Amino acid sequence: MNPNDIEAIRLIIRRAKRWDAFFGLLGILSLMVGILTLVALFVDMAVDGFARIDYKFLTNFPSRRAEDAGILSAWVGTVLVMIVTVVAAVPLGVAAGVYLEEYAPKNWVTDIIEINVNNLAGVPSIVYGLLALGLFVHFFKFGESILSAGMALALLILPVVIVATRESIRAIPQMIREGSYACGATTWQTVKDHILPYSSAGILTGVIIGMARAIGETAPVITIGALTFIAFLPPAPFTGDPPTGPFDWLFAPFTVMPIQMFNWTSRPEAAFLVNAAAAGLVLVVMTVAMNALAIWIRYRLRKNILW
Amino acid sequence: MVISMTKPLNVSTPTAGAEELTVKAECRNFNFHYGDFHALKNINMAVYQNKVTALIGPSGCGKSTLLRSFNRMHDLYPGNRYQGEIVMHPDDTNLLAKEVDPIEVRMRISMVFQKPNPFPKSVFENVAYSLRVRGMTNRSEIEGRVEEALKGAALWDEVKDRLNDLGANLSGGQQQRLCIARALASDPEILLFDEPTSALDPIATASIEELVTELKEKVTILIVTHNMQQAARISDFTAYMYLGELIEFGLTDQVFIKPQKKQTEDYITGRFG
Repeated sequence: MNPNDIEAIRLIIRRAKRWDAFFGLLGILSLMVGILTLVALFVDMAVDGFARIDYKFLTNFPSRRAEDAGILSAWVGTVLVMIVTVVAAVPLGVAAGVYLEEYAPKNWVTDIIEINVNNLAGVPSIVYGLLALGLFVHFFKFGESILSAGMALALLILPVVIVATRESIRAIPQMIREGSYACGATTWQTVKDHILPYSSAGILTGVIIGMARAIGETAPVITIGALTFIAFLPPAPFTGDPPTGPFDWLFAPFTVMPIQMFNWTSRPEAAFLVNAAAAGLVLVVMTVAMNALAIWIRYRLRKNILW
Repeated sequence: MVISMTKPLNVSTPTAGAEELTVKAECRNFNFHYGDFHALKNINMAVYQNKVTALIGPSGCGKSTLLRSFNRMHDLYPGNRYQGEIVMHPDDTNLLAKEVDPIEVRMRISMVFQKPNPFPKSVFENVAYSLRVRGMTNRSEIEGRVEEALKGAALWDEVKDRLNDLGANLSGGQQQRLCIARALASDPEILLFDEPTSALDPIATASIEELVTELKEKVTILIVTHNMQQAARISDFTAYMYLGELIEFGLTDQVFIKPQKKQTEDYITGRFG
């Protein structure tokens, strides 16, 4: 290179770098739009609702008087519905994902299934609500119950669990599988001893993402007939006279947090809006706690997985 | 091109000396296809008991494909077809027969891979896995066999105080010896090595080579290597393959010093490859 050209080269570099600066700035602005909106929403809700949250708010049933109203039946309902959702969705989703990755022959049938599993994740949640209304509430006669709601939400997050399972299974190097088969393992032994343990962190993440989606769902739960005002808890196992069975709570009527919030926001009194904000805050805290737990467990599990 | 051998010894008997050779396994008219690609063409070859047989040849010649046929690894993937036989002695089982379960084959023939692939489990559990899939549950019996296998793989002294460490925390050469211990634990009849030192440094390579030479006392060894010096150093028999054909097979000394085929000579002397 001619040393006299060095100034020209520097000029070209400076010009080219302007685009770096421009795009960097554009990126930060785009990021801010998302983050600041979220923060503003959360802060606004926290300012409105934080003062309202106290022990009584968490342990009172809903009431016509805003200052007496609480979210006991809502949060208990949400927790119970989530339990049913996880118990139903995790075994089904993990089994389906393992089958597709480790057992199914790779042909056009599995291709079609794969495309449709991804499509299912995009089906509007109210459609799952309608399906659950027909299938669980009426056909299987589960009623407008915690069981029906949990199953509806399980269907909703099933594709998420399947996709997460498949992706974390695919992340396992093929040489690990070959190592297992070369030892003389069967497919099931390989799945049980290697595939599932090594992919559990990823599967767990998928389950939590699914739960975070399900916990805020309102439409399908309303569709199957959750109540908006409920002043009793589902029966705890082995209580009352005659004593309840261990699973009677599954068939109890219920409400969940988002429905309680929705109900309060539609009331004219300002005090109920404060209640809604407080309930929203509790819901966000529940979601964040779930995510934090997932991150912690994932960290613990991944520490021992090295290829 | 293909050396046809009904009695495979014919090629190599001249300098085999007085030593008694037993055929442990032999390929008979073995053909292999990846989809439409004819990867192995009519392979006839013997693997002698308690000897090291090296498969050499340029990339894509089919040496790894042939090795992986011995423990039916190809059955794991769709689109692979093969014809012919690989017969294991003394029971004359055709390893490729439909009625022979590939898992049974893999229980008799262990494999060590190109890149060390310890499971993300402890050193102990890595070796114990071969035993556990065989339904062994007695803790002290497993412990004994694991120790024996680790000693066999010349790894025991280095890991005896860290059996509960993750296998992945060992050095590359140690990991490969761990994989050898895993393959040895089940007391296999044949041990397959698929370029076992290609991911290792020269010192680790030397220790693996030394180990291979020791191991042939106990087990028959078939090894793929792209390193001709390695084949010359450690093997008793060498098979030179090219484009899916077995060009030459014989005693390593013969193949390297006085190859019968011009093609083999060109490859060995580095004129091509």
